[in-house]
Amino acid sequence: MTPVEAEALRLSLWVSGWAVAASLPPGILCAWLLARRHFPGKSLVDGIIHLPLVLPPVVVGYFLLVGFGRRGMIGAWLYETFNVTFAFNWKGAALASAVISFPLLVRAVRLSLESVDQGLEQAARTLGAGPLRVFFTITLPLVAPGVITGSILAFARSLSEFGATITFVSNIPGETRTLPIALYTLTQTPGGDVGAFRLCVISVVVAMVALLASEILSRRVARRMEGL
Amino acid sequence: MIEFSVQKRQGAFDLDIAFSSPGGVTALFGRSGAGKSSVVSLAAGLSKPDQGRIAVKDQVLFDSKQGINLPPERRRVGLVFQDGRLFPHLTVRANLTYGEHLVPQAERWAEFGKVVELLGISHLLDRRPAKLSGGEKQRVAIGRALLSSPRLLLMDEPLAALDGARKHELLPFIGKVAREFSVPILYVSHAIDEIIELANHLVVLDEGKVKGAGPVEDLLNELDLSDITGRLDAGSILLARVVEHLPSFAATRVALGENHITLPWLDALPGALVRVRIGAQDVALALEKPHRTSFQNILSGRIASIASGGEGKADVRVEISPDGGGMLWTRITSLAASELGLKPGDPVYALVKSASIARSAVAAKA
Repeated sequence: MTPVEAEALRLSLWVSGWAVAASLPPGILCAWLLARRHFPGKSLVDGIIHLPLVLPPVVVGYFLLVGFGRRGMIGAWLYETFNVTFAFNWKGAALASAVISFPLLVRAVRLSLESVDQGLEQAARTLGAGPLRVFFTITLPLVAPGVITGSILAFARSLSEFGATITFVSNIPGETRTLPIALYTLTQTPGGDVGAFRLCVISVVVAMVALLASEILSRRVARRMEGL
Repeated sequence: MIEFSVQKRQGAFDLDIAFSSPGGVTALFGRSGAGKSSVVSLAAGLSKPDQGRIAVKDQVLFDSKQGINLPPERRRVGLVFQDGRLFPHLTVRANLTYGEHLVPQAERWAEFGKVVELLGISHLLDRRPAKLSGGEKQRVAIGRALLSSPRLLLMDEPLAALDGARKHELLPFIGKVAREFSVPILYVSHAIDEIIELANHLVVLDEGKVKGAGPVEDLLNELDLSDITGRLDAGSILLARVVEHLPSFAATRVALGENHITLPWLDALPGALVRVRIGAQDVALALEKPHRTSFQNILSGRIASIASGGEGKADVRVEISPDGGGMLWTRITSLAASELGLKPGDPVYALVKSASIARSAVAAKA
Protein backbone atom coordinates (compact mmCIF):
# COMPACT_ATOMS: atom_id res chain seq x y z
CA MET A 1 0.00 0.00 0.00
CA THR A 2 1.30 3.43 -0.88
CA PRO A 3 1.29 6.14 1.82
CA VAL A 4 -1.57 7.86 -0.01
CA GLU A 5 -3.67 4.68 -0.02
CA ALA A 6 -2.85 3.96 3.61
CA GLU A 7 -3.91 7.45 4.55
CA ALA A 8 -7.22 7.17 2.69
CA LEU A 9 -7.91 3.80 4.34
CA ARG A 10 -6.97 5.04 7.81
CA LEU A 11 -9.14 8.13 7.35
CA SER A 12 -12.08 6.06 6.10
CA LEU A 13 -11.94 3.72 9.07
CA TRP A 14 -11.51 6.62 11.48
CA VAL A 15 -14.40 8.64 10.03
CA SER A 16 -16.73 5.62 9.80
CA GLY A 17 -15.80 4.44 13.27
CA TRP A 18 -16.67 7.82 14.76
CA ALA A 19 -19.80 8.07 12.67
CA VAL A 20 -21.10 4.76 14.08
CA ALA A 21 -19.93 5.36 17.65
CA ALA A 22 -21.55 8.79 17.77
CA SER A 23 -24.81 7.64 16.25
CA LEU A 24 -25.24 4.62 18.54
CA PRO A 25 -26.73 6.40 21.59
CA PRO A 26 -29.17 8.60 19.63
CA GLY A 27 -29.84 5.74 17.24
CA ILE A 28 -30.83 3.35 20.02
CA LEU A 29 -32.91 6.08 21.66
CA CYS A 30 -34.75 6.82 18.38
CA ALA A 31 -35.31 3.11 17.78
CA TRP A 32 -36.70 2.72 21.30
CA LEU A 33 -39.01 5.73 20.88
CA LEU A 34 -40.30 4.43 17.56
CA ALA A 35 -40.72 0.85 18.79
CA ARG A 36 -42.21 1.50 22.22
CA ARG A 37 -43.73 4.95 22.48
CA HIS A 38 -46.72 6.60 20.96
CA PHE A 39 -46.47 10.34 20.68
CA PRO A 40 -47.91 13.03 18.43
CA GLY A 41 -45.84 13.51 15.30
CA LYS A 42 -44.36 10.01 15.45
CA SER A 43 -44.81 9.46 11.71
CA LEU A 44 -43.08 12.73 11.02
CA VAL A 45 -40.09 11.78 13.17
CA ASP A 46 -40.02 8.38 11.50
CA GLY A 47 -40.04 10.08 8.10
CA ILE A 48 -37.27 12.52 8.95
CA ILE A 49 -35.03 9.73 10.26
CA HIS A 50 -35.54 7.74 7.08
CA LEU A 51 -35.18 10.69 4.72
CA PRO A 52 -31.41 10.22 4.10
CA LEU A 53 -32.19 6.73 2.82
CA VAL A 54 -34.24 8.07 -0.09
CA LEU A 55 -32.77 11.53 -0.68
CA PRO A 56 -29.80 11.93 -3.03
CA PRO A 57 -26.75 12.17 -0.73
CA VAL A 58 -25.79 15.42 -2.43
CA VAL A 59 -28.98 16.97 -1.08
CA VAL A 60 -28.13 15.79 2.43
CA GLY A 61 -24.64 17.22 1.99
CA TYR A 62 -26.08 20.52 0.89
CA PHE A 63 -28.43 20.66 3.91
CA LEU A 64 -25.46 19.94 6.15
CA LEU A 65 -23.48 22.70 4.48
CA VAL A 66 -26.33 25.15 5.07
CA GLY A 67 -26.91 23.98 8.63
CA PHE A 68 -23.46 23.08 9.91
CA GLY A 69 -21.14 25.19 7.76
CA ARG A 70 -19.13 27.87 9.53
CA ARG A 71 -21.88 30.36 8.67
CA GLY A 72 -24.72 27.86 8.93
CA MET A 73 -27.42 28.31 11.54
CA ILE A 74 -26.20 25.58 13.83
CA GLY A 75 -22.60 25.67 12.70
CA ALA A 76 -22.12 29.34 13.60
CA TRP A 77 -23.62 28.81 17.03
CA LEU A 78 -21.47 25.73 17.67
CA TYR A 79 -18.36 27.64 16.63
CA GLU A 80 -19.13 30.63 18.82
CA THR A 81 -20.22 28.63 21.86
CA PHE A 82 -17.94 25.59 21.85
CA ASN A 83 -15.33 26.57 19.28
CA VAL A 84 -16.24 23.40 17.40
CA THR A 85 -16.70 23.29 13.67
CA PHE A 86 -17.65 20.62 11.21
CA ALA A 87 -16.68 22.65 8.17
CA PHE A 88 -14.09 21.05 5.91
CA ASN A 89 -12.55 18.64 8.42
CA TRP A 90 -12.86 14.95 9.30
CA LYS A 91 -15.53 15.66 11.92
CA GLY A 92 -17.72 16.99 9.15
CA ALA A 93 -17.04 13.83 7.14
CA ALA A 94 -18.05 11.75 10.15
CA LEU A 95 -21.21 13.83 10.61
CA ALA A 96 -22.16 13.36 6.95
CA SER A 97 -21.57 9.59 7.21
CA ALA A 98 -23.52 9.41 10.45
CA VAL A 99 -26.55 11.21 9.02
CA ILE A 100 -26.56 9.08 5.88
CA SER A 101 -26.19 5.76 7.72
CA PHE A 102 -28.44 6.68 10.68
CA PRO A 103 -31.66 5.15 9.25
CA LEU A 104 -29.93 1.79 8.72
CA LEU A 105 -28.85 1.67 12.36
CA VAL A 106 -32.27 2.75 13.65
CA ARG A 107 -34.12 0.24 11.49
CA ALA A 108 -32.03 -2.71 12.63
CA VAL A 109 -32.26 -1.81 16.33
CA ARG A 110 -35.97 -1.08 16.07
CA LEU A 111 -36.72 -4.44 14.46
CA SER A 112 -34.75 -6.14 17.19
CA LEU A 113 -36.53 -4.16 19.91
CA GLU A 114 -39.91 -5.08 18.52
CA SER A 115 -39.05 -8.77 18.83
CA VAL A 116 -38.00 -8.50 22.49
CA ASP A 117 -40.54 -10.14 24.80
CA GLN A 118 -41.78 -7.28 26.95
CA GLY A 119 -42.82 -9.85 29.50
CA LEU A 120 -39.14 -10.17 30.41
CA GLU A 121 -39.01 -6.44 31.11
CA GLN A 122 -42.10 -6.75 33.29
CA ALA A 123 -40.50 -9.64 35.15
CA ALA A 124 -37.43 -7.49 35.84
CA ARG A 125 -39.65 -4.69 37.14
CA THR A 126 -41.37 -7.01 39.60
CA LEU A 127 -37.92 -8.10 40.80
CA GLY A 128 -37.18 -4.54 41.84
CA ALA A 129 -35.45 -2.99 38.83
CA GLY A 130 -36.45 0.52 37.75
CA PRO A 131 -37.04 1.35 34.08
CA LEU A 132 -33.45 2.49 33.44
CA ARG A 133 -31.92 -0.58 35.04
CA VAL A 134 -34.32 -2.78 33.10
CA PHE A 135 -33.22 -1.08 29.90
CA PHE A 136 -29.52 -1.58 30.51
CA THR A 137 -29.61 -5.06 32.06
CA ILE A 138 -32.43 -6.70 30.07
CA THR A 139 -33.49 -4.78 26.98
CA LEU A 140 -30.08 -3.74 25.71
CA PRO A 141 -28.44 -7.19 26.02
CA LEU A 142 -31.44 -8.73 24.29
CA VAL A 143 -31.20 -6.34 21.34
CA ALA A 144 -27.43 -6.81 21.09
CA PRO A 145 -27.76 -8.79 17.83
CA GLY A 146 -29.74 -5.93 16.31
CA VAL A 147 -27.26 -3.36 17.55
CA ILE A 148 -24.38 -5.33 16.05
CA THR A 149 -26.12 -5.80 12.71
CA GLY A 150 -27.15 -2.16 12.63
CA SER A 151 -23.66 -0.95 13.52
CA ILE A 152 -21.99 -3.04 10.83
CA LEU A 153 -24.52 -1.92 8.23
CA ALA A 154 -24.01 1.70 9.26
CA PHE A 155 -20.24 1.23 9.26
CA ALA A 156 -20.30 -0.26 5.76
CA ARG A 157 -22.58 2.51 4.53
CA SER A 158 -20.22 5.09 6.05
CA LEU A 159 -17.24 3.55 4.29
CA SER A 160 -19.00 3.95 0.96
CA GLU A 161 -20.28 7.46 1.69
CA PHE A 162 -19.38 9.86 -1.11
CA GLY A 163 -22.00 12.40 -2.21
CA ALA A 164 -22.89 14.03 1.10
CA THR A 165 -19.25 14.08 2.22
CA ILE A 166 -17.81 15.72 -0.87
CA THR A 167 -20.65 18.26 -0.96
CA PHE A 168 -20.34 19.15 2.72
CA VAL A 169 -16.62 18.98 3.47
CA SER A 170 -15.09 18.81 -0.01
CA ASN A 171 -12.02 16.79 -0.98
CA ILE A 172 -9.10 17.62 1.29
CA PRO A 173 -6.20 15.11 1.43
CA GLY A 174 -5.61 13.76 4.94
CA GLU A 175 -8.73 15.47 6.25
CA THR A 176 -11.80 14.51 4.22
CA ARG A 177 -10.40 12.42 1.35
CA THR A 178 -11.80 9.02 2.33
CA LEU A 179 -11.45 5.89 0.15
CA PRO A 180 -14.34 6.62 -2.23
CA ILE A 181 -13.27 10.24 -2.64
CA ALA A 182 -9.64 9.23 -3.20
CA LEU A 183 -10.89 6.73 -5.77
CA TYR A 184 -12.97 9.38 -7.50
CA THR A 185 -9.96 11.72 -7.54
CA LEU A 186 -7.80 9.05 -9.19
CA THR A 187 -10.41 8.40 -11.88
CA GLN A 188 -10.29 12.12 -12.68
CA THR A 189 -6.46 12.06 -12.90
CA PRO A 190 -4.78 11.00 -16.19
CA GLY A 191 -2.98 7.67 -15.61
CA GLY A 192 -4.79 7.01 -12.33
CA ASP A 193 -6.41 3.75 -13.51
CA VAL A 194 -4.06 1.39 -11.70
CA GLY A 195 -4.31 3.37 -8.45
CA ALA A 196 -8.09 3.44 -8.74
CA PHE A 197 -8.18 -0.32 -9.22
CA ARG A 198 -5.97 -0.86 -6.17
CA LEU A 199 -8.35 1.27 -4.06
CA CYS A 200 -11.27 -0.76 -5.39
CA VAL A 201 -9.61 -3.94 -4.14
CA ILE A 202 -8.95 -2.35 -0.74
CA SER A 203 -12.60 -1.25 -0.50
CA VAL A 204 -13.84 -4.75 -1.30
CA VAL A 205 -11.52 -6.31 1.29
CA VAL A 206 -12.58 -3.86 4.01
CA ALA A 207 -16.27 -4.44 3.26
CA MET A 208 -15.81 -8.22 3.34
CA VAL A 209 -13.97 -8.08 6.66
CA ALA A 210 -16.75 -5.95 8.15
CA LEU A 211 -19.44 -8.35 6.98
CA LEU A 212 -17.56 -11.38 8.28
CA ALA A 213 -16.98 -9.72 11.62
CA SER A 214 -20.68 -8.99 11.88
CA GLU A 215 -21.54 -12.58 11.04
CA ILE A 216 -19.14 -13.99 13.64
CA LEU A 217 -20.32 -11.57 16.33
CA SER A 218 -24.02 -12.19 15.83
CA ARG A 219 -23.46 -15.92 15.78
CA ARG A 220 -21.59 -15.71 19.06
CA VAL A 221 -24.39 -13.70 20.65
CA ALA A 222 -27.03 -16.10 19.35
CA ARG A 223 -25.09 -19.07 20.74
CA ARG A 224 -24.94 -17.44 24.14
CA MET A 225 -28.74 -17.13 24.21
CA GLU A 226 -29.10 -20.78 23.34
CA GLY A 227 -27.14 -21.68 26.39
CA LEU A 228 -23.82 -22.94 25.00
CA MET B 1 -52.62 -9.69 55.71
CA ILE B 2 -53.61 -9.24 52.09
CA GLU B 3 -56.21 -6.64 51.40
CA PHE B 4 -57.41 -6.39 47.85
CA SER B 5 -60.30 -4.30 46.67
CA VAL B 6 -60.35 -2.85 43.18
CA GLN B 7 -62.60 -1.79 40.37
CA LYS B 8 -61.49 -1.61 36.79
CA ARG B 9 -63.36 -1.30 33.54
CA GLN B 10 -62.05 -3.64 30.94
CA GLY B 11 -63.14 -5.27 27.71
CA ALA B 12 -65.71 -8.01 28.23
CA PHE B 13 -66.78 -7.19 31.78
CA ASP B 14 -66.12 -4.85 34.65
CA LEU B 15 -63.72 -6.12 37.21
CA ASP B 16 -64.99 -5.58 40.74
CA ILE B 17 -63.00 -7.73 43.09
CA ALA B 18 -62.63 -7.46 46.84
CA PHE B 19 -61.18 -10.04 49.18
CA SER B 20 -58.85 -10.27 52.10
CA SER B 21 -56.69 -13.14 53.18
CA PRO B 22 -55.16 -14.13 56.50
CA GLY B 23 -51.84 -15.17 54.91
CA GLY B 24 -50.54 -18.59 54.02
CA VAL B 25 -51.48 -19.76 50.56
CA THR B 26 -54.52 -18.04 49.12
CA ALA B 27 -55.80 -19.62 45.94
CA LEU B 28 -57.53 -17.60 43.27
CA PHE B 29 -59.76 -19.95 41.39
CA GLY B 30 -61.95 -19.47 38.36
CA ARG B 31 -62.42 -20.30 34.73
CA SER B 32 -60.12 -18.71 32.21
CA GLY B 33 -61.29 -15.18 31.64
CA ALA B 34 -62.76 -14.88 35.13
CA GLY B 35 -60.28 -12.14 35.99
CA LYS B 36 -57.57 -14.15 37.77
CA SER B 37 -54.68 -12.85 35.73
CA SER B 38 -56.02 -9.31 35.98
CA VAL B 39 -55.80 -9.58 39.77
CA VAL B 40 -52.18 -10.68 39.44
CA SER B 41 -51.14 -7.85 37.19
CA LEU B 42 -53.03 -5.32 39.33
CA ALA B 43 -51.32 -6.58 42.48
CA ALA B 44 -47.90 -6.54 40.83
CA GLY B 45 -48.43 -3.02 39.53
CA LEU B 46 -48.26 -4.03 35.87
CA SER B 47 -51.70 -2.51 35.35
CA LYS B 48 -53.60 0.15 37.24
CA PRO B 49 -57.08 -0.14 38.79
CA ASP B 50 -59.64 2.61 38.22
CA GLN B 51 -60.11 2.77 41.96
CA GLY B 52 -59.60 0.74 45.08
CA ARG B 53 -56.95 -0.28 47.55
CA ILE B 54 -54.30 -2.99 47.60
CA ALA B 55 -52.23 -3.60 50.71
CA VAL B 56 -49.98 -6.35 52.02
CA LYS B 57 -49.44 -6.41 55.77
CA ASP B 58 -49.12 -2.71 56.56
CA GLN B 59 -47.68 -1.72 53.24
CA VAL B 60 -50.11 0.08 50.93
CA LEU B 61 -49.33 -0.71 47.30
CA PHE B 62 -52.24 1.14 45.76
CA ASP B 63 -54.86 3.45 47.16
CA SER B 64 -56.87 5.62 44.83
CA LYS B 65 -58.16 7.79 47.70
CA GLN B 66 -54.72 8.57 49.02
CA GLY B 67 -53.25 8.78 45.54
CA ILE B 68 -50.77 5.98 46.18
CA ASN B 69 -49.65 3.84 43.26
CA LEU B 70 -46.28 2.23 43.81
CA PRO B 71 -44.44 1.25 40.61
CA PRO B 72 -43.78 -2.50 40.25
CA GLU B 73 -40.13 -2.20 41.29
CA ARG B 74 -41.11 -0.67 44.64
CA ARG B 75 -43.92 -3.07 45.50
CA ARG B 76 -41.70 -6.00 46.43
CA VAL B 77 -44.26 -8.37 45.00
CA GLY B 78 -42.59 -11.47 43.57
CA LEU B 79 -44.29 -12.82 40.50
CA VAL B 80 -43.95 -16.30 39.01
CA PHE B 81 -45.35 -16.20 35.51
CA GLN B 82 -47.05 -19.03 33.68
CA ASP B 83 -44.26 -19.07 31.11
CA GLY B 84 -41.33 -18.61 33.50
CA ARG B 85 -39.89 -15.54 31.78
CA LEU B 86 -36.30 -16.30 32.69
CA PHE B 87 -33.78 -13.90 31.20
CA PRO B 88 -32.28 -15.81 28.28
CA HIS B 89 -29.00 -13.90 28.23
CA LEU B 90 -28.19 -14.65 31.86
CA THR B 91 -27.12 -17.87 33.55
CA VAL B 92 -29.42 -19.51 36.06
CA ARG B 93 -27.29 -18.08 38.85
CA ALA B 94 -27.53 -14.54 37.46
CA ASN B 95 -31.27 -14.98 36.96
CA LEU B 96 -31.64 -16.03 40.59
CA THR B 97 -29.62 -13.15 41.99
CA TYR B 98 -31.09 -10.48 39.70
CA GLY B 99 -33.68 -9.39 42.24
CA GLU B 100 -31.63 -10.35 45.31
CA HIS B 101 -29.08 -7.61 44.61
CA LEU B 102 -31.81 -4.99 44.45
CA VAL B 103 -33.10 -5.63 47.97
CA PRO B 104 -31.36 -3.85 50.86
CA GLN B 105 -29.28 -6.36 52.82
CA ALA B 106 -31.33 -5.84 55.99
CA GLU B 107 -34.59 -6.70 54.25
CA ARG B 108 -33.47 -9.95 52.66
CA TRP B 109 -35.13 -12.95 54.22
CA ALA B 110 -34.54 -15.51 51.49
CA GLU B 111 -31.10 -17.01 51.61
CA PHE B 112 -29.49 -18.13 48.35
CA GLY B 113 -28.18 -21.48 49.57
CA LYS B 114 -31.45 -22.43 51.21
CA VAL B 115 -33.59 -21.50 48.22
CA VAL B 116 -31.33 -23.34 45.78
CA GLU B 117 -31.33 -26.44 47.95
CA LEU B 118 -35.06 -26.38 48.59
CA LEU B 119 -35.85 -26.14 44.89
CA GLY B 120 -33.18 -28.67 43.90
CA ILE B 121 -31.54 -26.42 41.32
CA SER B 122 -27.94 -26.34 42.53
CA HIS B 123 -26.76 -28.40 39.55
CA LEU B 124 -28.28 -25.91 37.11
CA LEU B 125 -26.59 -22.73 38.33
CA ASP B 126 -24.12 -22.33 35.47
CA ARG B 127 -26.52 -23.21 32.67
CA ARG B 128 -28.59 -20.89 30.59
CA PRO B 129 -32.40 -20.99 30.60
CA ALA B 130 -32.69 -22.27 27.02
CA LYS B 131 -31.19 -25.60 28.11
CA LEU B 132 -33.60 -26.23 30.98
CA SER B 133 -36.72 -28.39 30.94
CA GLY B 134 -40.10 -26.81 31.60
CA GLY B 135 -40.18 -27.92 35.23
CA GLU B 136 -36.61 -26.74 35.86
CA LYS B 137 -37.43 -23.36 34.37
CA GLN B 138 -40.38 -22.92 36.71
CA ARG B 139 -38.29 -23.92 39.72
CA VAL B 140 -35.70 -21.31 38.79
CA ALA B 141 -38.48 -18.77 38.26
CA ILE B 142 -39.83 -19.51 41.74
CA GLY B 143 -36.34 -19.20 43.20
CA ARG B 144 -35.77 -15.91 41.41
CA ALA B 145 -39.00 -14.48 42.81
CA LEU B 146 -38.24 -15.78 46.32
CA LEU B 147 -34.73 -14.33 46.33
CA SER B 148 -36.12 -10.86 45.75
CA SER B 149 -37.46 -11.31 49.32
CA PRO B 150 -40.97 -10.24 48.38
CA ARG B 151 -43.72 -9.16 50.77
CA LEU B 152 -46.15 -11.17 48.67
CA LEU B 153 -45.49 -13.97 46.24
CA LEU B 154 -47.83 -14.17 43.26
CA MET B 155 -47.99 -17.38 41.27
CA ASP B 156 -49.93 -17.05 38.05
CA GLU B 157 -50.78 -20.61 37.02
CA PRO B 158 -47.16 -21.71 37.38
CA LEU B 159 -48.01 -25.25 36.30
CA ALA B 160 -50.23 -24.42 33.35
CA ALA B 161 -47.47 -24.71 30.76
CA LEU B 162 -46.32 -28.12 32.01
CA ASP B 163 -47.58 -31.57 31.08
CA GLY B 164 -49.21 -33.87 33.63
CA ALA B 165 -46.13 -35.64 34.92
CA ARG B 166 -44.11 -32.42 35.24
CA LYS B 167 -46.99 -30.83 37.14
CA HIS B 168 -46.83 -33.51 39.79
CA GLU B 169 -43.07 -33.05 40.01
CA LEU B 170 -43.32 -29.33 40.62
CA LEU B 171 -46.29 -29.24 42.98
CA PRO B 172 -44.38 -30.55 46.04
CA PHE B 173 -41.74 -27.83 45.56
CA ILE B 174 -44.40 -25.15 45.75
CA GLY B 175 -45.78 -26.81 48.87
CA LYS B 176 -42.31 -26.75 50.42
CA VAL B 177 -41.88 -23.07 49.62
CA ALA B 178 -45.19 -22.34 51.34
CA ARG B 179 -44.15 -24.29 54.44
CA GLU B 180 -40.53 -23.14 54.70
CA PHE B 181 -41.03 -19.42 54.18
CA SER B 182 -43.63 -17.30 55.88
CA VAL B 183 -44.29 -15.17 52.82
CA PRO B 184 -47.99 -14.93 51.92
CA ILE B 185 -48.69 -16.55 48.56
CA LEU B 186 -51.43 -15.77 46.09
CA TYR B 187 -51.76 -18.84 43.91
CA VAL B 188 -53.79 -18.55 40.73
CA SER B 189 -55.15 -21.71 39.18
CA HIS B 190 -58.07 -23.25 37.42
CA ALA B 191 -57.14 -26.76 38.60
CA ILE B 192 -58.99 -27.66 41.77
CA ASP B 193 -56.58 -30.46 42.74
CA GLU B 194 -53.64 -28.02 42.87
CA ILE B 195 -55.63 -25.75 45.14
CA ILE B 196 -56.65 -28.56 47.46
CA GLU B 197 -53.05 -29.62 47.73
CA LEU B 198 -51.59 -26.17 48.37
CA ALA B 199 -54.03 -23.59 49.60
CA ASN B 200 -55.59 -22.87 52.95
CA HIS B 201 -57.70 -19.98 51.78
CA LEU B 202 -59.74 -19.79 48.61
CA VAL B 203 -61.20 -16.99 46.55
CA VAL B 204 -63.50 -18.04 43.73
CA LEU B 205 -63.83 -15.61 40.83
CA ASP B 206 -66.45 -15.59 38.14
CA GLU B 207 -66.84 -12.97 35.43
CA GLY B 208 -64.84 -10.36 37.23
CA LYS B 209 -66.61 -10.77 40.59
CA VAL B 210 -65.84 -12.69 43.77
CA LYS B 211 -68.23 -15.61 44.01
CA GLY B 212 -67.03 -16.83 47.37
CA ALA B 213 -64.07 -16.56 49.73
CA GLY B 214 -63.00 -18.42 52.83
CA PRO B 215 -61.08 -21.44 54.15
CA VAL B 216 -60.69 -24.09 51.44
CA GLU B 217 -62.61 -26.85 53.30
CA ASP B 218 -65.59 -24.65 54.07
CA LEU B 219 -65.82 -23.09 50.67
CA LEU B 220 -65.42 -26.21 48.58
CA ASN B 221 -68.05 -28.02 50.60
CA GLU B 222 -70.53 -25.19 50.79
CA LEU B 223 -70.35 -23.77 47.40
CA ASP B 224 -71.65 -25.58 44.43
CA LEU B 225 -68.68 -25.12 42.19
CA SER B 226 -69.82 -27.59 39.62
CA ASP B 227 -70.74 -24.89 37.13
CA ILE B 228 -67.19 -23.61 37.39
CA THR B 229 -65.23 -26.79 37.85
CA GLY B 230 -67.37 -29.01 35.67
CA ARG B 231 -69.42 -31.99 36.82
CA LEU B 232 -66.53 -34.38 37.32
CA ASP B 233 -64.99 -32.16 39.91
CA ALA B 234 -67.92 -32.23 42.31
CA GLY B 235 -66.75 -33.64 45.60
CA SER B 236 -66.00 -33.00 49.24
CA ILE B 237 -62.88 -31.90 51.02
CA LEU B 238 -62.41 -33.29 54.48
CA LEU B 239 -59.69 -32.67 56.98
CA ALA B 240 -58.26 -35.90 58.38
CA ARG B 241 -55.48 -36.90 60.76
CA VAL B 242 -52.96 -39.59 59.88
CA VAL B 243 -53.32 -42.55 62.26
CA GLU B 244 -50.98 -45.23 61.00
CA HIS B 245 -49.23 -46.64 57.98
CA LEU B 246 -49.88 -50.16 56.68
CA PRO B 247 -46.67 -50.79 54.76
CA SER B 248 -47.52 -54.29 53.54
CA PHE B 249 -50.66 -52.96 51.86
CA ALA B 250 -49.09 -49.68 50.72
CA ALA B 251 -51.86 -47.93 52.57
CA THR B 252 -52.30 -45.27 55.21
CA ARG B 253 -55.14 -45.06 57.69
CA VAL B 254 -56.51 -41.65 58.59
CA ALA B 255 -59.20 -40.53 61.00
CA LEU B 256 -62.18 -38.34 60.20
CA GLY B 257 -63.50 -37.73 63.66
CA GLU B 258 -64.30 -41.21 64.95
CA ASN B 259 -64.43 -42.75 61.50
CA HIS B 260 -61.31 -44.30 60.04
CA ILE B 261 -60.64 -44.50 56.34
CA THR B 262 -57.82 -46.05 54.38
CA LEU B 263 -55.95 -44.15 51.70
CA PRO B 264 -53.19 -45.16 49.32
CA TRP B 265 -49.77 -44.78 50.93
CA LEU B 266 -49.17 -41.23 52.05
CA ASP B 267 -45.92 -39.48 52.87
CA ALA B 268 -46.93 -37.93 56.15
CA LEU B 269 -46.12 -38.63 59.77
CA PRO B 270 -48.80 -40.04 62.07
CA GLY B 271 -50.62 -37.14 63.68
CA ALA B 272 -50.24 -34.90 60.65
CA LEU B 273 -53.32 -33.23 59.24
CA VAL B 274 -54.10 -34.02 55.62
CA ARG B 275 -56.76 -32.93 53.26
CA VAL B 276 -58.79 -35.72 51.72
CA ARG B 277 -60.86 -35.24 48.65
CA ILE B 278 -63.72 -37.60 47.99
CA GLY B 279 -65.48 -37.36 44.66
CA ALA B 280 -69.27 -37.25 44.84
CA GLN B 281 -69.48 -40.02 42.23
CA ASP B 282 -67.31 -42.33 44.31
CA VAL B 283 -69.63 -42.56 47.27
CA ALA B 284 -72.46 -45.07 47.65
CA LEU B 285 -75.11 -44.97 50.39
CA ALA B 286 -76.55 -47.79 52.50
CA LEU B 287 -79.21 -47.75 55.18
CA GLU B 288 -77.63 -50.61 57.14
CA LYS B 289 -74.00 -51.14 57.89
CA PRO B 290 -72.75 -53.62 55.29
CA HIS B 291 -70.63 -56.55 56.47
CA ARG B 292 -68.10 -58.57 54.55
CA THR B 293 -67.65 -56.05 51.71
CA SER B 294 -64.75 -54.81 49.65
CA PHE B 295 -65.60 -51.27 50.71
CA GLN B 296 -62.85 -50.34 53.15
CA ASN B 297 -64.25 -47.02 54.12
CA ILE B 298 -67.63 -46.92 55.73
CA LEU B 299 -68.60 -43.64 57.34
CA SER B 300 -71.67 -43.31 59.47
CA GLY B 301 -73.68 -40.14 59.22
CA ARG B 302 -76.99 -38.46 58.74
CA ILE B 303 -78.56 -37.04 55.62
CA ALA B 304 -78.43 -33.27 55.70
CA SER B 305 -80.10 -32.50 52.40
CA ILE B 306 -81.21 -33.99 49.11
CA ALA B 307 -81.33 -31.98 45.92
CA SER B 308 -82.03 -32.92 42.36
CA GLY B 309 -78.80 -33.01 40.40
CA GLY B 310 -80.53 -33.22 37.02
CA GLU B 311 -80.20 -36.06 34.48
CA GLY B 312 -81.78 -38.57 36.85
CA LYS B 313 -79.26 -37.89 39.58
CA ALA B 314 -79.69 -36.76 43.15
CA ASP B 315 -77.11 -34.80 45.13
CA VAL B 316 -77.21 -36.00 48.72
CA ARG B 317 -75.29 -34.26 51.47
CA VAL B 318 -74.33 -36.45 54.38
CA GLU B 319 -73.16 -35.03 57.68
CA ILE B 320 -70.55 -37.41 58.97
CA SER B 321 -71.06 -38.10 62.63
CA PRO B 322 -70.10 -37.64 65.28
CA ASP B 323 -67.77 -34.73 64.78
CA GLY B 324 -66.68 -36.22 61.49
CA GLY B 325 -65.12 -33.08 60.18
CA GLY B 326 -67.67 -32.08 57.65
CA MET B 327 -70.13 -32.80 54.93
CA LEU B 328 -69.82 -35.49 52.34
CA TRP B 329 -71.36 -34.90 48.96
CA THR B 330 -72.65 -37.94 47.19
CA ARG B 331 -74.20 -38.22 43.80
CA ILE B 332 -76.51 -41.20 43.35
CA THR B 333 -79.32 -41.89 40.89
CA SER B 334 -82.66 -40.39 41.85
CA LEU B 335 -84.13 -43.87 41.35
CA ALA B 336 -81.92 -45.25 44.12
CA ALA B 337 -82.73 -42.30 46.35
CA SER B 338 -86.44 -42.88 45.96
CA GLU B 339 -86.26 -46.68 46.39
CA LEU B 340 -84.27 -46.27 49.61
CA GLY B 341 -86.77 -43.64 50.71
CA LEU B 342 -84.03 -41.25 51.69
CA LYS B 343 -85.06 -38.09 53.48
CA PRO B 344 -83.21 -35.47 55.51
CA GLY B 345 -82.39 -36.58 59.02
CA ASP B 346 -82.14 -40.30 58.19
CA PRO B 347 -79.05 -42.11 59.47
CA VAL B 348 -77.04 -43.61 56.61
CA TYR B 349 -73.71 -45.25 55.91
CA ALA B 350 -71.53 -43.71 53.23
CA LEU B 351 -69.40 -46.25 51.38
CA VAL B 352 -66.21 -44.87 49.88
CA LYS B 353 -63.95 -46.97 47.70
CA SER B 354 -60.49 -46.43 49.13
CA ALA B 355 -58.99 -46.53 45.66
CA SER B 356 -61.20 -43.66 44.68
CA ILE B 357 -59.16 -41.29 46.75
CA ALA B 358 -56.59 -40.09 44.31
CA ARG B 359 -53.15 -39.64 45.74
CA SER B 360 -52.77 -36.27 44.06
CA ALA B 361 -55.84 -35.08 45.89
CA VAL B 362 -54.31 -35.79 49.27
CA ALA B 363 -52.04 -33.18 50.65
CA ALA B 364 -50.15 -32.40 53.75
CA LYS B 365 -51.73 -29.33 55.24
CA ALA B 366 -49.42 -26.41 55.75
